[in-house]
Amino acid sequence: MSYIGQSVRRLEDRPLLTGAGRFAADLKFPGMIHMRVVRSPVAFGRLNGFDLTSALAHPGTIAIWTGADVADIPPIGFRLTPVPGLEPYRQPVLAQDYVRYVGEPIALVFAADPYIAEDIADLVAPDIEPLPPLLDPTTPPGDFMPGLGTEAAVITKAYGDLGAAFANAYAVVELELSTARHSGVPLETRGAIAVPDGASGVLRMYGAAKVPHFNRQTIETMLGLPAGGIHLHEGHVGGGFGIRGELYPEDVLACVAALRLGRPVKWIEDRYEHLMTANQSRGQIHRVCAAVDERGFILGLDDEFWFDQGAYIRTHGVTVSDLTAAMLAGPYVIPAFRSVGHVRLTNKTPCGTYRAPGRFEGSFVRERLVDAVAAQLGLDPIAVRRRNFIRKNAMPFRRELETLGTDIVYDTGDYEGLLDKFFARIGWDALRTDVARRRQAGESVGLGMGVFVEKSGLGPFDDVRIIIESDGRVEVVTGAASIGQGVETVMAQICADGLGVGLDRIRVTHGQTDRIARGLGAFASRVTVMTGAAVTMAAAKLRAELFAVAAQLLQTTPDSLTIADSRVVVIDMPDGPSLDLAAVAQAAGGEIAADATFTTQHMTYPYGIHLAQVRVERDSARVTVERFFVAYDIGRSINPMLVEGQVVGGAVQGIGAALMEEFVYDAAGQPLSVTFADYLMPTIAEIPAIDVMVCEDAPTPLNPLGVKGAGEAGINAAGAAIAAAVDDALGRPGLVRQLPITPVRLYELLLEEGSSLPLRYKS
Amino acid sequence: MSDKIAVSLTVNGESRRVTVEPRRTLGDALREDCGLTGTHLGCEHGVCGACTVLVDDAPVRSCLMFAVQAEGARIRTVEGLADGDTLHPLQQAFWDHHGLQCGFCTPGFLMLAVGILEGNPDIGEAELREALSSNLCRCTGYQNILKSVLAAAAAMRR
Repeated sequence: MSYIGQSVRRLEDRPLLTGAGRFAADLKFPGMIHMRVVRSPVAFGRLNGFDLTSALAHPGTIAIWTGADVADIPPIGFRLTPVPGLEPYRQPVLAQDYVRYVGEPIALVFAADPYIAEDIADLVAPDIEPLPPLLDPTTPPGDFMPGLGTEAAVITKAYGDLGAAFANAYAVVELELSTARHSGVPLETRGAIAVPDGASGVLRMYGAAKVPHFNRQTIETMLGLPAGGIHLHEGHVGGGFGIRGELYPEDVLACVAALRLGRPVKWIEDRYEHLMTANQSRGQIHRVCAAVDERGFILGLDDEFWFDQGAYIRTHGVTVSDLTAAMLAGPYVIPAFRSVGHVRLTNKTPCGTYRAPGRFEGSFVRERLVDAVAAQLGLDPIAVRRRNFIRKNAMPFRRELETLGTDIVYDTGDYEGLLDKFFARIGWDALRTDVARRRQAGESVGLGMGVFVEKSGLGPFDDVRIIIESDGRVEVVTGAASIGQGVETVMAQICADGLGVGLDRIRVTHGQTDRIARGLGAFASRVTVMTGAAVTMAAAKLRAELFAVAAQLLQTTPDSLTIADSRVVVIDMPDGPSLDLAAVAQAAGGEIAADATFTTQHMTYPYGIHLAQVRVERDSARVTVERFFVAYDIGRSINPMLVEGQVVGGAVQGIGAALMEEFVYDAAGQPLSVTFADYLMPTIAEIPAIDVMVCEDAPTPLNPLGVKGAGEAGINAAGAAIAAAVDDALGRPGLVRQLPITPVRLYELLLEEGSSLPLRYKS
Repeated sequence: MSDKIAVSLTVNGESRRVTVEPRRTLGDALREDCGLTGTHLGCEHGVCGACTVLVDDAPVRSCLMFAVQAEGARIRTVEGLADGDTLHPLQQAFWDHHGLQCGFCTPGFLMLAVGILEGNPDIGEAELREALSSNLCRCTGYQNILKSVLAAAAAMRR
């Protein structure tokens, strides 16, 4: 039986269902103390010092640290997409001379009890001289510090002859579009527990996630520890979405404290802290322009955008802007292209990635633009998309751009084929007829679509070790990470097929830096592609080694052996001699292991379509998503149930992003969205039935399984589709130019007169 | 610090006596003083519902209740749901229907759903949606949570 392609139930679920999970906050160690972070109450200011008199006088105080105590620790560097000149914008682990956002760590309190640590933190009195904050990324850059501006980088991605495209255009369509700040907001807040191991001298940090190996190496370097001086351990992780598991100041501080205070130090973030200090994302303003011919073919696309980076450049470097520009053209040919992104520092929470970074924003921009082209030329928006699609026979399609250090080459795809299949599946004509009938009857209902290309499987490598133990059980060890997406089950399925053994024998170890030398972790929809490929390779090697040992025991040749029911048997001799895996492992000296490394220089590019049906109540300007459809070609699906789970979960985050979620700051830079009553995420009440069609029509030749990633498909074009549906419902093409479409924003738009499209036709 | 108060309660059928500050939440008392870390704290301001437990059979956010308010109460947490190795029908349904991803919100949803279904075994889908909207999940998109609870409701009626 093949496990690949089966919707098997997850191996990881039982402890999570019975309350036996081990999340960061669940861990306790003897002698453990608690760290509370004191945070800046102002958005920008000069930090002159502290009055610690009352805090130090508190009987529960074990220690209080300010910036001076950790001035020797360098700022946190970049994991991805560094460009020259970013170093001065790195965040110090504790503020030194200036504070640059509300929530910035400025001091630490250590106490035996977290309630008491919080009491003491309230007594720490910083002396901060407020300065006028810079909050709008589109205003002329100011000073980050004397002599250093707030424009940290400008990213330009371009190809083709844009001048000719605009000179030859039949019409030019221009739009200004923006997306608010959102973030992943996993249900588990961040946490770090650093534990000095007196006997071995090794520091262990629990609560790691996403990229444990990178963080381990970075902390070692920052703290001047020898290689192997620290190990990171990933337990259960309560959601990732890009933001969780990046290296933050608090992780480093917990490690420094454990080393210097010589005891376990636990830091658990509360939700208020999370909503003002964990990475945010998405805040972008685009001015985009398309040169088109009379049939709606886009001859050239010219885009300029401003990314609200917040107060520092964190571990992601300029990843978000890089991906925004590089992936903006999506599924369309677009012979001439330019996107220029301004990475601007502001006095707000620093930014990183959030699920489909740059693509949620870019798909909103591109698909809004295509809809505007159709509206202005009086064409059907579907027809305009068909006209611009990259054809199946043009694959592989080289975009003449690079991102994340890789050339963009769309490996496989049939965008128009997927659209046809999708329309047949959802009954497009009937949907349209039904919506038209309801509109006739006076309802404001509409349909909107977004087409997108995703990227997945970022390299350059992944290592896997598979071990058959003396009891015949199989362990897969990987440097990948699990943030709740089902890594253990999927890797076990691939391993089970590769070895030919039952799923119940396999366990998967991930996120433990003392078990495997390197690993890149879980991001960029990479694990099933990269780690899955390495598992396939390691399993094949292990099978060969297993047969070599077994052949001697069975006095036959390795090529005459196979595995059936988790026993090594001779091919075509079901009643012949056989060996269980334990016997072979024991004969080999206790265990048999194989290592494999999968490397790649290219990402793989899945693609899909989002379609939303919404109803707008004109009196309250409330938007209800009535139906939501996703089509997605994943190349090959290892576990369809889990793929669908990823897509639906992402789609719901996309609906939240389109209609509800927004980090709002006031004119002084005070964050206003610091509780779940202010930062609104969808509950089940806001969510319609979500219909997912996963296709396997375009497997990739770039890995042995043909798989592409699943993680970011659900959210990618959700904002684009819902915006278009709202336009359609109101009969006002181009009305929605900003996400989220909150009732207040839509109400104001409804008061605007006439057509919403700024447009100029060439004479 | 402030004086501690002794509180007696029953947790998953077992008598417990904890001595806590008046300001200690029930959630913290369960996690830290009773060692039952299956109850998770997602927001500590009463919105996300991850910390939902049953207090005298009613779903309650344990971050919004002080431990001292639970004097004499009968508390049920996720740790008490399964019968040995046999999962509760709701746990089984969440497993069968992929009703969880990261699993952080799951104990809260399970206890909420136990409370809902014990109160109304024949609850309809619309009413169930309304009741489940009191908790947040960031991974699943809720579709499979709804499917799981409906399946469990059917199994529990049998």
